[in-house]
Amino acid sequence: MATRSYTSRRELEQHSFPPAVAILVPLGAILLQALLPKPFPRLAILDLPLIITVFFAVSRRNPVAGTLTGAAIGLLQDALTSQPIGVNGMAKSVIGYIAASIGIQIDVENLTTRVFINFGFFLLNSFLIFLINRRLLGNAGFHLLWIHELLRAAINTVVALPIFFLLDNTKRSE
Amino acid sequence: MESFFTRFKNVLVLVAVLLAQTIGLAVQVRRPVDPTTPDGSSVTLIRYWVVSTVTPFERFFHGLGYNLRHGWSNYIDLRHTRQQNHDLQEQIARLRLEQAAFAEDAIQGHRLQALLDFQQHYVSSTVAAQVIGTSGNDLSRVLYIDKGSKDGLKPDQAVITPDGIIGKLRDVFPHTSQVLLINDQTSGAGVLLANSRLRAILRGSTTGQILINNLTPDSRIKPGEQVLTSGGDQVYPRGLPVGTIESIAPDPEHQPYTLIQLRPAANLNQLEEVLVITGTQPTLPHEAQHDLAVGATTAEAAAKQLADQQAADAAARSAAQIVADRLPSLHDPDHPEATAPNPATPGAPAVPPIRVVVKPLPTVHPDRYTPGTTPPAADLKPGAADRNNPTSTTNPPPYTTTQPSTNPRPAPEKPQPQTDSTHPQNPQP
Repeated sequence: MATRSYTSRRELEQHSFPPAVAILVPLGAILLQALLPKPFPRLAILDLPLIITVFFAVSRRNPVAGTLTGAAIGLLQDALTSQPIGVNGMAKSVIGYIAASIGIQIDVENLTTRVFINFGFFLLNSFLIFLINRRLLGNAGFHLLWIHELLRAAINTVVALPIFFLLDNTKRSE
Repeated sequence: MESFFTRFKNVLVLVAVLLAQTIGLAVQVRRPVDPTTPDGSSVTLIRYWVVSTVTPFERFFHGLGYNLRHGWSNYIDLRHTRQQNHDLQEQIARLRLEQAAFAEDAIQGHRLQALLDFQQHYVSSTVAAQVIGTSGNDLSRVLYIDKGSKDGLKPDQAVITPDGIIGKLRDVFPHTSQVLLINDQTSGAGVLLANSRLRAILRGSTTGQILINNLTPDSRIKPGEQVLTSGGDQVYPRGLPVGTIESIAPDPEHQPYTLIQLRPAANLNQLEEVLVITGTQPTLPHEAQHDLAVGATTAEAAAKQLADQQAADAAARSAAQIVADRLPSLHDPDHPEATAPNPATPGAPAVPPIRVVVKPLPTVHPDRYTPGTTPPAADLKPGAADRNNPTSTTNPPPYTTTQPSTNPRPAPEKPQPQTDSTHPQNPQP
């Protein structure tokens, strides 16, 4: 029986996913995000693609993979909107990078940690989108209601926890 | 050098990805040459690929849900169908009368428009489509419908429901189209305030509200006023409902303008089926002309029926009046209200009847029997019959008739008893 030697905590806790999961879960999240607000308009407050981005980034603990996953999911999300393609792509690239970097440092399997990182990343996502629209695109009329964004972060955090637990079952240790 | 890239691989990848997307954004925000295509060709291609990937699933799930709802509502849940049918029949009858009332005005309006050479655009053709998906992002209020360029749709065509406008087509793909809702932050429309006739520009917002922010304070603008499309934007035909004014407040960012918030006429959150306006024409469509003619005919028939009814009522009333004049009456002409029947209110307290002293009607043709025409006995002289009774020969007989003079021979008069004191009545045995 072959044995593996681990040289760091990062390598010890790095996970990979089956290709089907790695492709279909983000696509399913984008599809659900497009479908759910039609019968239930209030569900437009959810951001399932961001939850998936954070999950894959903190699980893989690879900043490059986190950046590319975030960029791909964000660009796909942008393509379905009327916004210029790249707004969500840039925001989720940054979040994927930071989430993966944080995942190296702290224990992201802990429930409390998951609550905090999800809540923080949703607020960061809103801030980045505000920044891109106001500064990069010069859209002076772009406003965000920060109370609404706090509420959105809280709701998405609540939704993210069961999704994280569900997706934990698809992890494959390297 | 190799160690640099290895060491900063993660950051370099992030910077490269962000730089690429920044360049992509910079390319996109440049205005396209063709105003009918909101994006460049490469961006449209990316959108087309993604939409082509996502919409088959959206169609599948939409079809599944639609068939389930259709099967339930059309074959199982038919409990109130008869009542609904009855209500709808009554509504149709009421609407026909309303249509007849408006038809004359409409015909007159068209005549005046023709006189003034006024260019009006009527909706001549529409394509019905079903909403199959959304953008999934509440910062971008976009819908996807199941019709595209193969069905004759083009960018910038107006999308409406029977309640009002909902948006316009943004990107049109072969079998799918993207509808930009009027409450999206990039939307706009030319509108007209129905009562004050002020023209304005409507805009969406990031919070999904519909706002007008290019009007200065005006006391004529009131909450509840209806807002219509003005037709000035060359997208929405004139006169379509947009919504009603919900609130008016000073705009803190653009003084001295006001911030007018609208409540949309159509429910933008629950859209199932929409109509895309694919054509307009300067004259009314054939169906509308037919409906207008039917309305005018109905109005004429109703007017004729009303006139006949009024004539019959007048005739009946005049006959009743004649009969009432000929009959003894208890009505006091000085106090008509005292003797008028009180159709009143059953719950009102009972009012005691007012006693009326009955007086004889004034004599139209006085004769010798009329009270007051006979001189007092002190003035009479024996043997002066002719002089004492001057009305006996000069006054006409008291009998007057309203019968037509078909009978040339009047009925023989009975000898009237003399009341004159000079001609005493025969003593009774």
